[in-house]
Amino acid sequence: MNEKKSLLKNPSVQAILTSLLCVVLGLFIGYIVLLIINPSGAGKAIQTILMNFMMRSSPAARLKALGNTLAKTAPLLMCALSICFCYKVGLFNIGAAGQYEMGACLGLYAAIALKMPWYVCLILAAIGGALLGAITGFLKAYRNVNEVISGIMLNWIALYVTNTILSGEKTKDIASPYTLKLSSVNKGGLIPSFGLDKLFSNNSTVTIAIPFAVVAAIIIWIILSKTKFGYELKATGYNKQAAKYAGMRENRNIIVTLAIGGALAGIGAAFLFLTGYQEWSVTQSSVPSMGFNGIAATFLGGLHPLGTILSSFFIQNITDGGALIDKSIYPSQISDLISALIIYFCGFVLFFKLQINKFIAKKEERNKAKEIMAAEGGDKK
Amino acid sequence: MTLLIQYTFLFASVLCLVALGGCFSEHSGIINLGLEGIMVMGALGGALTMSSMDPSTPAIIIVVATICVAIIVGMLYSSLLAFASIHFKADQTLVGTALNLLATAAATVYVRAMNTKINPDNVSTTVQYIGQKKAFIVNLGGFEFNWFMLIAVIALIVSYVVLYKTRFGLRLQACGENPQAADSVGINVYKMRWAGVLISGLLGGLGGICYITAGVSEWKFDVGVAGFGFLALAVMIFGQWKPTRIGLTALLFGFFRALSNVYSGFSWLAALKIPGTVYNMMPYIISLIVLAFTSKNSRAPKAEGIPYDKGSR
Repeated sequence: MNEKKSLLKNPSVQAILTSLLCVVLGLFIGYIVLLIINPSGAGKAIQTILMNFMMRSSPAARLKALGNTLAKTAPLLMCALSICFCYKVGLFNIGAAGQYEMGACLGLYAAIALKMPWYVCLILAAIGGALLGAITGFLKAYRNVNEVISGIMLNWIALYVTNTILSGEKTKDIASPYTLKLSSVNKGGLIPSFGLDKLFSNNSTVTIAIPFAVVAAIIIWIILSKTKFGYELKATGYNKQAAKYAGMRENRNIIVTLAIGGALAGIGAAFLFLTGYQEWSVTQSSVPSMGFNGIAATFLGGLHPLGTILSSFFIQNITDGGALIDKSIYPSQISDLISALIIYFCGFVLFFKLQINKFIAKKEERNKAKEIMAAEGGDKK
Repeated sequence: MTLLIQYTFLFASVLCLVALGGCFSEHSGIINLGLEGIMVMGALGGALTMSSMDPSTPAIIIVVATICVAIIVGMLYSSLLAFASIHFKADQTLVGTALNLLATAAATVYVRAMNTKINPDNVSTTVQYIGQKKAFIVNLGGFEFNWFMLIAVIALIVSYVVLYKTRFGLRLQACGENPQAADSVGINVYKMRWAGVLISGLLGGLGGICYITAGVSEWKFDVGVAGFGFLALAVMIFGQWKPTRIGLTALLFGFFRALSNVYSGFSWLAALKIPGTVYNMMPYIISLIVLAFTSKNSRAPKAEGIPYDKGSR
């Protein structure tokens, strides 16, 4: 009994429980929507969304589908890490989407137009994201502009800049609104797989980007919780004035935080576009959803870098699963609906945790009262 | 030229309505980042009302019904934000973002499910309202006057009066500046914040339906409202949370937005060979620069974004 109580008190157990609750609530409402659209296939549809690659017929096809999901999890994880890192330092990096766009812009331009090798493109993508992040940071630190507002503005500015730059003759395919295929223009620009593709039935989009992203999550976790640098950043986030008083360079810390966040998001873009998974569409008129899904993954992951690994995979898994359901009956955007619901419920996490703690406190009080009663009863006898 | 003026006024009306919505919400102390989502929902409600009506119904009935539904849907949707951020102290930025994603996803799912039910091969997300849309337009010698332009002007005047000349408006602003002080003199902060968010839902929904009837007669819901809610936020900040300035800013931003639509029609502008994306970018760049110079003494409501806790000091 005692063990169970202390388990519930553990913050990480609470985080996992509340995240699971958000997921269950989101899936439940998604299921109800499916039931309303068509009751007969709803059970199978929600199963497809959850199982995703497991629904394929042969083991080889399953592995290949899993590879695709993993290939898209890597960029999502990087975006989630970007938001998670900044949030830990007290900054809401809604501009991750814009930093992701800048990463795609510089990375793809270097790869297609300048025919650079992949590692150079990767670094350029990181620089692109970092620069945009640093602008947000500079505006926040020295000009008192809220990072959410400048982030939103920069998302749109970066989108149009990227579209303009990538629609040049050197990068854009003449017949379609997409950029040229990397595999045909510059094979060296593709992130290598070092044999990882063999594990996933020769899925060429499975590259070293996936282990890289996981390693990045671990590094971010170590920086935030085990180093002096991370401690300084967090201290600045909690109280700028106090950090200044303690001799930290608070303005520099804000800029550095957002630059690192930007670099992570920029690398995220490189992890998607430099694997040849898809091309950039220069006519897109809305900010890519990757940055916003990153917000979902961050909060679902309990704002912990390691938690985001699992939550990114989960979000990507249901997104891909949504594409597999019977499209003649159900719209595939049902999985977007579910992940949006999950983000909404994540807003209630604070409340859920409060309730759990209240519940524990009440139970403890009752137990204590019982003990006292029992002791008193014993005395009377 | 008339086309440019017409589009400028149309886009300005949208921006003005939505930015005023944001203005009410922020004055009550709740940051409403979900304006984009509220617009989508209002647009969805309005578009479905229009498409379900017979185009031969009297214009006035179509206009009133569409506007009413858009307003109601917008308010209902904004109550999701109010509920989470007022009673459950949720992170307002997070909930706002969730509302934006949720609105586009829900609208897409709904429209697609509806379209496929009518015709199994139709997987589009388009709602058409070609005939019904004409109800909103009065032709004034080449210039297509849209009823929403009038509504936007009325909303602007009403907002000014409500915010500065009525007891309600001043109390609302008190809740955004110093909720503890407001509470101490007997103002119910929770109620005021609910009112602020609901008004933003009303105006946001109205702006949404206004946007999708501007120039087009069908709407693809999988693109949402293409960032107009965010542009409206920029208008609000640029306007320093003041209705009159918001009106002027809306005109300026509306002008740039209109220019990106019709610039190819002007020979001297087309000759400059500036890509259309530059005009799209302009409003954002300008507001970012202005923000950089004015934010040191920003007029933003002081308590916005902070959940109200009766017990805190």
